[in-house]
Amino acid sequence: MNDILPFLKSMISVAGLSGYEAPIADLIHKQWTPLADSVSRSRLGSIHALKSGSVSIASPRPSVLISAHMDSIGLMVSRIADSFLHVTNIGGVDPRVLPGTPVTVHASKTGEELYGVIVMPPATLLPEGKGSGVIGLPYLLIDMGLTPAEVAKRVEIGDRISFATEPVEMSGGLLSGHSLDNRASVAALTVCLEELQNKKHDWDIFAVASIQEETTALGAITSAFQLRPTIAIALDTTYGSGPGASGYETFPLGKGLTLGIGPNNHPFLYKRMKEVAARVEIPVKDEPMPEYSLTDADYMQLTAEGIPTLLVSIPLRYMHTPVEMVALKDIQRAGRLLAEFTASLEADFMNKIVWD
Amino acid sequence: MLSIGQPQIKLLEKLCNALSVSGDEGEVRRIVLEEVKPYADEVKVDALGSVLVRKRAERSRSALRILLDAHMDEIGFMIVNDDGDGLYQFKPVGGIDERHLPGKQVIVGRDHTVGVIGAKPIHLTTSSELEHTLSADTLRIDLGEGGASIGDRATFATKFRRVGPSILSKAIDDRIGIAILIELLKHAPKNIELCLSFSVQEEVGLRGAKVAAHYFEPDLAIAVDSTPARDLPHYEGAENFTYNTRLGFGPAIYMANSSTLDDPRLVRFLAETAEKHKIKYQFRQPGGGGTNAGAIQQARTGVPVVSVSVPHRYTHSPVSIARVEDWKNTLNLLHEALQDVTPSLVKSRQ
Repeated sequence: MNDILPFLKSMISVAGLSGYEAPIADLIHKQWTPLADSVSRSRLGSIHALKSGSVSIASPRPSVLISAHMDSIGLMVSRIADSFLHVTNIGGVDPRVLPGTPVTVHASKTGEELYGVIVMPPATLLPEGKGSGVIGLPYLLIDMGLTPAEVAKRVEIGDRISFATEPVEMSGGLLSGHSLDNRASVAALTVCLEELQNKKHDWDIFAVASIQEETTALGAITSAFQLRPTIAIALDTTYGSGPGASGYETFPLGKGLTLGIGPNNHPFLYKRMKEVAARVEIPVKDEPMPEYSLTDADYMQLTAEGIPTLLVSIPLRYMHTPVEMVALKDIQRAGRLLAEFTASLEADFMNKIVWD
Repeated sequence: MLSIGQPQIKLLEKLCNALSVSGDEGEVRRIVLEEVKPYADEVKVDALGSVLVRKRAERSRSALRILLDAHMDEIGFMIVNDDGDGLYQFKPVGGIDERHLPGKQVIVGRDHTVGVIGAKPIHLTTSSELEHTLSADTLRIDLGEGGASIGDRATFATKFRRVGPSILSKAIDDRIGIAILIELLKHAPKNIELCLSFSVQEEVGLRGAKVAAHYFEPDLAIAVDSTPARDLPHYEGAENFTYNTRLGFGPAIYMANSSTLDDPRLVRFLAETAEKHKIKYQFRQPGGGGTNAGAIQQARTGVPVVSVSVPHRYTHSPVSIARVEDWKNTLNLLHEALQDVTPSLVKSRQ
C-alpha cells in the first residue's frame, strides 16, 4: 500500500476554498487519473472518477457514489483600509481562533499568493464596546507587511484568503494542519481507489471530490443528480475528542471510524458497512445524529427520487481551526473499509434491502 | 552609514527563531557569545545568565563608559502539568493576551517539538460560548503522543519572514535589539568604553538589567528595545491619536513611560544627532509601558538613561511586524550618537 502522507500533506499545503477549489482540484485530478477508468469535472468543478464494475453484470450496472468534499473554510476580503484588509467568512469560522493566524491572500490583480497575518486592532481604534473580550470578525484585520500602495496594486475586494499554518507531523502517527476537514477524507478515498486496483467489484464506483460542502453542499447536490448512483456514501470528518470536547458527539483519534445513525443514514447500508468492518477487523463506532448530519449525505439522500445514503466519518480534533488533527491510521482504515464495502456489493444487493 | 544586508538579516533570523523564554535564554545566549567573542575585550556570563561584554576605549582615562542593553528573553509558556494522552497544561510567561492562543502552533523544549493549541469545534459551541474568550486555563498544548517534561518552555512556532519592506517574527521584541548591539560591537567607536548587557528576564520584571547595570557602573545607559506601533486605521475612519509609534518613522526615542522619565539631556542629544546626520526618527508617545531603562537608572548612585526602540506592530503575539528601514535607522542613530558623544553631555545640567 502506498504511503498516503505525502499526498495528504501536499493537499493541505494548497488552497481550495469553497467556490474556489481549482488549486486543490487540479492536485486530486492528477492523483486519481491513473487510479480510475475516467476522470472528469462537473459543470461546477466537482471531480468525478469512475472505476467501472464487472462487465459480466447487465447494463445499466448499479453504482455507488462515494463523496468526499474537497473545499475548505476560509475568508474573503470585504474592505481595504490603508494597507489593511477587512474580511468576512466563507463557511463556519470561529473568530476566536483567528488573532495571530498566518494566512495566504490570493491577490487577484497580480495572481500572487501573499503572506499575511490576522491581527486584533487596539481597543482604542474600534467602536465603543467592540474592543474588549472576543473581537468579532468584522473588527479583525489582515496585515501583509506591505505599504498601502503595494496593497492597492495587488488586492481587490472579494479576494480569497486561506489559512497558511504549515502541516506538521506529530508523534503517534498524527498529522496537524488546516483543511484536514476534509482533505483527510479525500486521502482516504484515494486509498480506497488504490485498494480497488487489485479487487474485483461488480458495481460501478464513482469517487467524487465535491465542491462547496462548507457553504451550501452545491457539489453533492449536483453530482448526485448527474451521476444518479444507486447508493451514496458521504465520507467526512467528525469531532475528535480532546480539550474542551468530550461529549457524546466526540470520538477518540486513532481508534477507528464512525458510522452515522439517524434519518440521513440508510439502515441497510449501515448494517452492511458494519458487517464488512467486523469481517476485516476495522473498528467502527456508532455516531448518533438524531436530525441531520451536516454533511454531503443530507443532500445526496434527497436527490431526484431519493438515494439510500450513509455517512462514514474519520475523527478529527479541533475542527475548523488552523490546527486540525487526524490519525493517519484512521485514514488508511477508511480507505480500506470503503474498498471492502464496495467490493462486497453483489449485483442483486438492492433486492436484499428489506424494511421490516 | 551602516547597512542592513544579508549577513545582518541572516543573524536576526537565527536570533528570532531561537526559543528563549524568560529564565531559559540558553539558545540566544549561545548565539550572542559566538558573535561577540571575536570583537570584545571582556565577555562574561553573569550570575543570572546575562551576557556582559566590554570593549575598551582607545584612551580609556577620559572616555565615557556607556551601557547599551537589549534583552535576550521573550514571552512564552511553561509546561506545568502532564494531563496524559499527549496533552499538557501550560502557564504564560510574560504578558500574553490569551486571545492569541487558540488555533496556534507552538514549539516546545530544546528540540523545538511542534505542538498545537486547539479549540472546540465551532459546530459544538453555543452562541453564548462564542461571546466569551477561551481562557488559557481551559486550553492545552497537544503534542500528539507526548514527550514534554514539566518545566519545559514553549513559545509560538512562527518562523521568521522577510516580506516587502517588513520583517515578521514572534520575537522581534527584542532580538532586533540584540542584533543592533552585536552590530554596534562590530563597529565599536574608539572614543568610548562600550559596555553591552544582553540581559535575561526582562519580560518578567527587568531582572537581568538590574544586576548588569550594577556590575558595569556606567556613566549613562541606553535601553535598546522594540516598542508597539499602534498605527492602524480607526474602524470608523476617525483619526488615530493613540498610535504610540508608527512603522517607517524611524527609531522611537522615549521621553516618559510607567517606569522611567528619560533623561532630557540624552533625549535632546539623540534627537540632535538624528537631525545632524539626517536620520529619520520619532518620539514615542509618552505613556505606559516600560523598558530595562527603568531598572538600570536605579543602579548604585543612579544612571542617566534613555530608551530607543525599533517600532513593531502586534506586541507579544504570534507574529510581530517591523520595517527593515526602522532597524537600519535605529542602528545608525545609535552608532552616530556613540561617536559624537562627549563627557560634557552628562556633566551638563539637565
